[in-house]
Formats: sequence, C-alpha cells, structure tokens
Amino acid sequence: MSNIVIRRARLNVAMPVAPGLVMAAGLAILAAVPGVASEYWLSAVLTPFLILSLAGLGLNLLTGYAGQLSLGTAAFMAVGAYATYNFAVRVPGLSLLMDLLLGGLTTAAIGALFGLPSLRIKGFYLIASTLAAQFFIEWLLTKVSWFSNDDTSGVLSAPRLSIFGWSIATPVSRYQFVLGVVVVVFVVAASLVRSELGRRWMAVRDMDTAAAVIGIPIGRTKLLAFAVSSFVIGIAGALWAFAYLGTVEPHGFDLNLSFEVLFIIIIGGMGSIAGNFYGAAFIVLLPIALSHAAGALAAIGLDVGQLQNLQKILFGSLIIVFLIKEPDGLARLVQIARQRLRNWPLRA
Amino acid sequence: MNLSLSRLFRATWSRVAGIAGVSLLLAAGALTTTSTAYAGGEEYFPLQSYRVGPYAAGGTGFFGGFIDYMQLINTRDGGVNGVKLTWSECETEYVVEKGVECYERLKAGLNGAPAAATNPLSVGIAYATIDRSTADKLPLITINHGRTDSTDGAVFPYVFPLQLNPYSEVSAIINYIGTQSGGLQGLKGKKIVVLYHGSPYGRETIPVLDTLAKKYGFELTQIEVPHPGNEQGSQWLTIHRINPDWVILRGWGVMNPVALKSAQKVGFPANHIIGNIWSNSEEDVRPAGDAAKGFISITTHPSGTNYPVLQAIDQYVIKPGKGNLSDPARFGTVYYNLGVVNGILNVEALRVAQAKYGNKPLTGEQVRWGFEHLDLDNPRLKQLGALGLVQPLKLSCSDHEGGGAVRFQQWDGQHWKVISDWVQADRALLRPIIETSANAYAKEKGITPRDCSKEL
Repeated sequence: MSNIVIRRARLNVAMPVAPGLVMAAGLAILAAVPGVASEYWLSAVLTPFLILSLAGLGLNLLTGYAGQLSLGTAAFMAVGAYATYNFAVRVPGLSLLMDLLLGGLTTAAIGALFGLPSLRIKGFYLIASTLAAQFFIEWLLTKVSWFSNDDTSGVLSAPRLSIFGWSIATPVSRYQFVLGVVVVVFVVAASLVRSELGRRWMAVRDMDTAAAVIGIPIGRTKLLAFAVSSFVIGIAGALWAFAYLGTVEPHGFDLNLSFEVLFIIIIGGMGSIAGNFYGAAFIVLLPIALSHAAGALAAIGLDVGQLQNLQKILFGSLIIVFLIKEPDGLARLVQIARQRLRNWPLRA
Repeated sequence: MNLSLSRLFRATWSRVAGIAGVSLLLAAGALTTTSTAYAGGEEYFPLQSYRVGPYAAGGTGFFGGFIDYMQLINTRDGGVNGVKLTWSECETEYVVEKGVECYERLKAGLNGAPAAATNPLSVGIAYATIDRSTADKLPLITINHGRTDSTDGAVFPYVFPLQLNPYSEVSAIINYIGTQSGGLQGLKGKKIVVLYHGSPYGRETIPVLDTLAKKYGFELTQIEVPHPGNEQGSQWLTIHRINPDWVILRGWGVMNPVALKSAQKVGFPANHIIGNIWSNSEEDVRPAGDAAKGFISITTHPSGTNYPVLQAIDQYVIKPGKGNLSDPARFGTVYYNLGVVNGILNVEALRVAQAKYGNKPLTGEQVRWGFEHLDLDNPRLKQLGALGLVQPLKLSCSDHEGGGAVRFQQWDGQHWKVISDWVQADRALLRPIIETSANAYAKEKGITPRDCSKEL
C-alpha cells in the first residue's frame, strides 16, 4: 500500500515538468490531423478514441483520484446522451453547447445521487451499488418512452448539430468539434486535480480517516467527485451518441461499455490525466488492428472467431499484468521511458 | 524468492510489451496500406458480416447465401453484363460500434471497384448508418427488417427495407389470425400476446400493434425479452397467467428456441405460437427439439433446394468446393435462402441500373436508381430460377418496400411445410402511419422530402 502511495506521489511531482510541452505537441498533432488523415481514420478511429479518452477521464477523476470505485460509467454516459437529446428537442432555442452543458449538469446531479451510498460504504459494496445504477438507468430509459421522445423503436436519431452557424455534419467537422470539447474538458480537469479539491480527493483516496482528521469534509468531497466525474462522463456520452454513432439506444450503453472504460483507466493509468489517452488508444486500436490483420492471420489458421477470443485473452492478461506489475499503467511506463531517455547518455 | 519473482515478472512484462508493440506496428502498417491495383470492371459489395457472437447462425447463413449467389454470377455468367462482382467481409459481431467502423472502412470500395450497397443485416447498425449512407450516397439494404418509415423513399432516398417491413410483417400475421378466427371481425375479444426481442428491432412494432388492437378489438399484451433472450421463465409464467389465444414471437437468435422450450414448460401449445420473419429458420427450431413441433412461422422465402437457382449454386459453387458454408448441411435452409434472395435483389438492382448507366462498374448513387426501379414479375423470376422463392416485387420512389406478402409455414419436427398461400399485409392501412412517421423524422432532421411525382 505504502509503496503505491509513494509511487503516486512521485508521479504527481514529476507531472508538472513536462505536460505543458507534451500537451501542446499532442494538441498540435491532433489539430493537424484532418489535413492528412482519411475520412475513415477521422470518423471510425480518432473520434471514438477522443470520446473514450474523455469517458476515461471522467472515471479516472472518480476512481483514480478520489478512490471511489464505479461500474456505472455507461449508465452515466446514457444519462448524458438522453439529457442532451431532450434539451435539444424540447427546448429548441438552446445552442448545442448549452445542450451539452445542461446534459452534463443533469448527469452530475444523477451521479451525485447514485454517489450517496459512498458516504457509508466502500470498495466492493460501492461497486455493487454503482452496478445497480447501471442496470436501473438502462431499464428506466427503455421502459419510459418519454425519455426517447416516444420514438417507436426507442432509438434516438441525432438532431442536426451546429454551433453559431457552423454545421457539424462532415467527419472533419465532427472530429474538430469533439477535439474542441475534449481539449477544454481536459484542461479544466488537469487544473482541477492540482487544485485544492484535487488534493482533497487524493487525501480521501489514500486514507480517508487521516483526511477526516486533518479537517477534510469527507462526504462533500466524495459527492463532488461523483458529480464532477459524472459531468465529464455525461458529456462523453452525449458526444458518443451524437458526434460519433449518430443514434442512441439504451442498450448501446450496457455493462460492456462500463468495463471498457474501466479497462481504459487500468491500462492507461489510474490517477493520471495523460493515461486516459494511452488507455483509450489501446482499447480502440487493438480490436481494429486485429480485425485488419484478420486477413493475414487467416493464412496462418486463425479464423475470425478465434481472433475475437484472442482479443479477450489479450485484454484479460494485460489487465492482470498491469494490476500486478504496474498499477499506474501505461502512463507510468511512458514516464519511465522518458526518464530513461533523459538519462540515457550517462547510462551504459 | 521475491527478487527472482520480480525478475520473472519483468522479463515476462518486457516480452508482452514487445509482442504488443510489434503487433501494433504491424497493424498500423496494415491500416495505412492502400492497394493501388486498379481492377477495371468490378463492382464491390462491402459485407458487414457477423460469424461470431449470439447471432452467428443468422450471419453465417445469410452471408453464406449472399456470397454463394455472387460466386454463381461470377462463374456461370462471368459477372453482371461483364462486370465481375467482388466483396470483402468485416466482422461486426452484431455490435453497433463495430458495424459503424466496418461501414467506414469498406464504403470507399475495394481496389478501385466502387461499392454498390451495404447490407448490414442488423437494425442497430442500419439505424446508425442511415445518415452516413445518405451522406455518402450508398444504398442501405435492410431486407425484411429495418426502420419501417424508411419505406417512404421520399424522405429516405438511400434506405430500402425490401420485401417486408416490420409493420407489414405484423399486419400480415394479424390478418392470418383473422382468417383462422373466421374473418377479421372474429378477432374481437381474442387475447394475443407479443413476445419481442429487447432491441430496436423488437420494439419497432409496438405502436402499430396497438393501432391494430384498437382497430380490430383484440386484447393485446406486449412483453419484452432482454437481449439475448436465453432466460424467459418469468415472461412465460405471465403468458401462462394471461392464457392467450395466440402468441406472436418476434425473436432473434437464441431467443427463439428458448421461447419454444419455455412454452412447453408452461404447457402452451406450439401450434398457437406464430414466429415472425426472424423466428422462422431451422436454427430457431432444431435446438428446441420436440417443443418446436407444430410451431408456425411466416416466411418470405420457403426453404428447400428445389429451386433452379439453388440447383445452379449447387452445381457451379458448392460441388466444386467453393461454397461459403462451413456446414454444407445448411444449404437450402431459411437463412441461407434469404441470403440468396438478397443476392438476387442486389444483383438485379445493379442490372437495372446498368440498363440506364451502361455496363460498367456503377457508383452507389447509380445503383440506388436501380433499386428504386426494381421490377420483378413472375416471368422474370422464372428466368432467374427463383419463381416461388422471391415474391413479385415492384419498387418506386415512394415505395421502397415493394412486396409486403408472406407465407405461413409449420415445423413438423424435420422440415418446414408451407401451409398457406401468400398473405398480404394491409398496406393501405399502414401507409398513412408510415408517412406520418417519415414526415416527423424529416422535420426533426431538417430534410426536405423529394417530390416523387418528378422523379424519373
């Protein structure tokens, strides 16, 4: 335990040195991408990658920074998507950004509500209660057709997206829109975790008794973590539904998606901002890469069914390896690599 | 001990990282490789197929039949008017995100051959690609399923729920129950339960069934079975309590045999369960064994291998060992024949479009014109060797469905026996509902419907 704490502390100390530079470089690359990438890359790879990074960030704030475990990520994404849709359809005057913001705030309220059990329970028991949120919200959205504007099949079709006359209809504009939102949220979140609130979250995560002793209001801190995390996840859900898939149905936000986001933060790195990008890149790219390689792999006797199983085996073993060997995930490995490169000439 | 363990971990870890890194690099290479070879004179069919997952039986049968029919056209006829057909597959597992990714990957064509149309065979994927298909001008074919109001081609120019949309399907079933009760007025007071799959596909017919219940005065209960449907105890207890005259099963995949077995457990007779168009295959009844005997279902295309087109596939594709099915016993089953029907409709649309645009590879936009002017009458179907396998079909700008008729078949424990002639859906009753829904969609999305009287 203490080992992990120390390591985390190191991670947090090391962070401020480079992120500004790295982030600027990353941003420049991402912004320049539409010039070189094909439509396929933009709409089928990069857009879901950015949105899943955002969802990972949301869960990371809750689990990686505040130490509260949750399996309700997909449900909160669904709340965000449905809330945004309803604001867009029922309150016609609002701009898209306003819809998104209100959708996020609605999710924050719902998230805080389902975070209430965290005041009394921890760990496994908290997982069970967030799991309840996952099933309850999926059921509710299916059952009450008001949420889907009484659509016959319960599938929402994304309303036309535009901001201040800028129509978001092409893969490039959708990508740019997602990129814009993701960058803003990441910048805010990155400064948030270095603020007093972020330090409180980490104090609660590392030892809540000690945190209470030094005067941190545990309950409020935890609920704020749920609210802020759900806000980010809600925005990710709305983007997932409208800027990526173009449709939304409750079963699109099932437990599998919750697990996927959880894998993102385990593989990417708990308690790391950049880790969400690494984890999401891994989760998005590996299946696509395997599927692309299917033709070549079929030649050596691996058929599609086995590939799918191979993918599950690979994910499963990687998660075990990461949990045992590197709880701080890819983010930590990247940091080590950078450290080594910096010291490189001095080492044999 | 601890040290060696940690060293072991480190070694393993670095190896795993190495393998992962190498495979990622390889994959990145695969992703960026674009073939430069230009294959003049080929038409490409992107196949968003699914051969693993809970619905693999449907996917392997359907895409097997589709591919075998295209192979037949290539080997026997040398393509469509000299244009060879080509295709490639992308596994979707019936998952929407994967289907969208596959759509984006395949839509640009293959080695210069333009894409003709997409056939995802999944309502979820179809819904998610409606906007994309329209923007990319690529027809989206949802044979026997899909979004009902896409029948209105004025609002959905690129979407084709060929043969039978979901509303027609349930309307035809209600009409059949009507004839079994001595006319439609006999429906009054009857108790009907609809057991539907918990997906967009399953929920599609909820409102129209309510409308029909009001019109004919039968008592309707609609019960959802959560995806994938391998546990239905409580639903069938409810049905047992209601004790209905008929149960309409709108299932898919594993849900169907489980429904039949659960019905047997609560003592509901199989010959009063009517399966819909996705509960009508051999794969749906065989696993249920005895419980399926007497089960009735609808079909747009009888199973069997006696049709000349299937004999030709057998001769040119299966016997030379080029068949797509891994289990040859499935040749001529319901899913397989649906794939063949789908192949016929796609190829015929291409042929119609070629008559207008010339015998060369056509773009999706041109093939769309072909679909919209598809006109298959019985003489033409006889020429194709598909008389009785495909229903006469005539599409137009305002009607993207075309047929709307089904036949009823009963499972005798070994085979499906056709027990009725073509039963027509009440399309005149459904049309206003479809138009209202399509217009609401157009308004919400800001689409200006085409004026079909001006379309050529």
